[in-house]
Amino acid sequence: MSGSTSGQGNPLRYHSRIRQSGTERQPETHPLTWRLRDDGEVVWLGEYLDKDGYQSVRRALAESDPQGIITVVKDANVRGRGGAGFSAGVKWSLTLQGGDMPRGYLICNADEMEPGTFKDRLLMEQQPHLLIEGMILGARANNARQGYIFLRGEYVEAARVLNRAIDEAREAGWLGPDIDGSGFDFDIAVHTGAGRYICGEETALINALEGKRANPRAKPPFPGQSGAWGRPTVVNNVETLCNIPAVILHGADWYQNLSGNRTGDGGTKLYGVSGPVAEPGLWELPMGVTGAELLDRAGGLQQGRRLKTWLPGGTSTGFLLPEHLELPLDFDSIANVGSRLGTGLMMAVPEDRGMVSLMRNLEEFFARESCGWCTPCRDGLPWVVKLLRDLEKGQGQAGDIELLDKLAADCGPGLTFCALAPGAAMPLETALRHFRQEFEQGIGKVSGDTRGVPDRVAADAPANNR
Amino acid sequence: MMATTPHTTELIGSDRFELHPDDEAAILREKEHYEQPQAACIEALKIVQRRHGWVPDGAIMAVGRLLGLGFAAVDGVATFYSLIFRQPVGRHVILVCDSSSCFLTGYETLKQALVEKLGVDYGATTADGRFTLLPVCCLGACDGAPALMIDGETFGPVTPEDLSDLLEGYE
Repeated sequence: MSGSTSGQGNPLRYHSRIRQSGTERQPETHPLTWRLRDDGEVVWLGEYLDKDGYQSVRRALAESDPQGIITVVKDANVRGRGGAGFSAGVKWSLTLQGGDMPRGYLICNADEMEPGTFKDRLLMEQQPHLLIEGMILGARANNARQGYIFLRGEYVEAARVLNRAIDEAREAGWLGPDIDGSGFDFDIAVHTGAGRYICGEETALINALEGKRANPRAKPPFPGQSGAWGRPTVVNNVETLCNIPAVILHGADWYQNLSGNRTGDGGTKLYGVSGPVAEPGLWELPMGVTGAELLDRAGGLQQGRRLKTWLPGGTSTGFLLPEHLELPLDFDSIANVGSRLGTGLMMAVPEDRGMVSLMRNLEEFFARESCGWCTPCRDGLPWVVKLLRDLEKGQGQAGDIELLDKLAADCGPGLTFCALAPGAAMPLETALRHFRQEFEQGIGKVSGDTRGVPDRVAADAPANNR
Repeated sequence: MMATTPHTTELIGSDRFELHPDDEAAILREKEHYEQPQAACIEALKIVQRRHGWVPDGAIMAVGRLLGLGFAAVDGVATFYSLIFRQPVGRHVILVCDSSSCFLTGYETLKQALVEKLGVDYGATTADGRFTLLPVCCLGACDGAPALMIDGETFGPVTPEDLSDLLEGYE
C-alpha cells in the first residue's frame, strides 16, 4: 500500500505516542522507551548511537558466544510479549544449531492485529533501531543468517521507517557481512502482509512468509527444528526483541530488579488502555503493576461511566471483574484467575454496554478471521455468532446458552491446530460465567423453532473472499 | 493503495494482461529476498494492485508464469488475503476498523454515517467509482478509536461529523 497525500497534515491523522514525558522515561527504568523523543519524531541512527545504540551488539559479538547470550536471556526470564508469555531464552535454547545444521531464520512477528493492541506500532514507527539491535542479538544467539520483519500491511508508516533504518544500519556496518568486525553476518528484510489476523500465529506466519495461504502447521516439528523452508526458525514478537539489548548490556539481575518485588516476571512492559476511558494510551511501566494503577494512568473511565468488566490483553483473553484490578498484571497472576495477560493492553468495558452485543462483535471478528483449516473453528465460530445475534435480538431459544457453553469447550485448547479458536473461546467462556444473566435475558421472547436450517454466517466479510 | 491509479475495469473477465516492465522488475527484485520464488507471490500481487487498483485474472497467470507457480496456487493466495482485491475497487478504499475497542467507542454509528453518506455498504463501490467501503481487523490505533484507514493512512478518533471534511480531500 502506498499512501496518498490527501490526509497529510490532517488533524484527524492518527499518530502513535507514549503518554510519559522524557523526564519520566530514564535509561535505568525505561529500557524500551527512554530514547523516544517527546516530539514523536523518529530516532534515526545518529541520535540512536548518541543514546548508546548498538552497544549491546558490540559487546555480545566481542565477548559472547550464542550460548552465552541465551543463558543471560534465560536467566533474565524474558517472557514473550506477543501474548503467550513463553520464555524467550528457553525458546532460543531449543533452536537447532551447530554441527551440520544449516543456518536458519529469525523472524520478528510484527503482525500486530490482536484487537486492543497498539504497542509494537510505537516501537517500530519511532525507534526502529532498537528492534534491529534486538534482532541482531537474536540472530547471533540462534545462528540465523537472515532476518525478516513480518509486518502487517496496514502499518504503512512502520514499513517506511523500518526500511530506511535497515538501510542506515547496513551502511554503517551493523547489518551485512562481518558486523562490527566480528566475522558474524546477518541481514534483515521487511515482508509486508496483505491482511488476515491468522498471520500472527507463528506457523501460519511462516506459511505466509513462504508465499502461501496462512494456515497454521502441525507442531511438532516446532519452528526451531524445522521452520521457514525447513530450516531452524525463531519467531519473536517486536516488544520481546526490543527487551534483549538492555538485558545483554545490563545483565539478568538488573532486568529482574526492574519489576521490584511486584512479580516473579522481570523487566518492564508496554502497557496500554483502550475503550471509553478519559485518556487512552500507552505507558512503559514495571512488569506487575496492578490493573488499578494502569487504569489510573488512563484517568479512569470517562465521566459518568463505571467499569463493568475488562480484558487484560486483547480480545483473546478472558474477561475480568473490577475486583481483579488489584492483581499484578503479570503472566501468572492473571492466568490464576482464568484469563491471560495476553498483550498487556487493557480494554475497559463500561456498565452501560451489554455483554451479548460486545460478544457478538468480538466473535464476528474471530469467525471472519478463522482461516478455515480446523472444523471447530471454521464451523463452530459462525455458529456462536448466529446464537449471539439471536440472543441480542431477544430471539434466543431454550438450550442456546448451554450450546454456547459447549461450543466454547469444543473450541478450547488442544482441539485445533492453533490458538485462534481457544482465543475466541476464552472471552466467551468467561463472559458466560460472569454475566450469564445478560445472556438469559435474550431467551424466550419468540416461541417454537423459528430458526430453520442454519446458514453460514458471512460476518461482514468482503464479497471477494467468499 | 491506489490513490493515483486508474480504475482499470477493461480487464474484467479477460485473460489478457501484461505485467508492466517496472512491475516485473520490482517482483524479480523482491524474489531475491527469499530462498524460493513463491515467497514473492504476495508482494507481486500487491505490486500489480498498486498499478491497477485490483488484481485481474490475467495478472494471476502472469505472476504465476514469472514466479514459476501454478495459477491455482497464486489465486489461492490472492483470495485468502483480505487486502488483495480480486474485483475492481474505487479510486479510494476506506477500511473501517470494526474490532472491539472501536466497537466500545462507537464505530457502528460512524459506519452507519459512512453508509448513508456514500450510499453503499461493505464490499461495494460508489457509482462514481470514487470510494469502496470495507471492514478491517483492529488497526492498532485503539487509543485513537474509532479509527479508519483511507488509502493506507490511518485516522482517529473520527466522528460522523468529521466525515465531510475528511472525505473531501479524495477525488
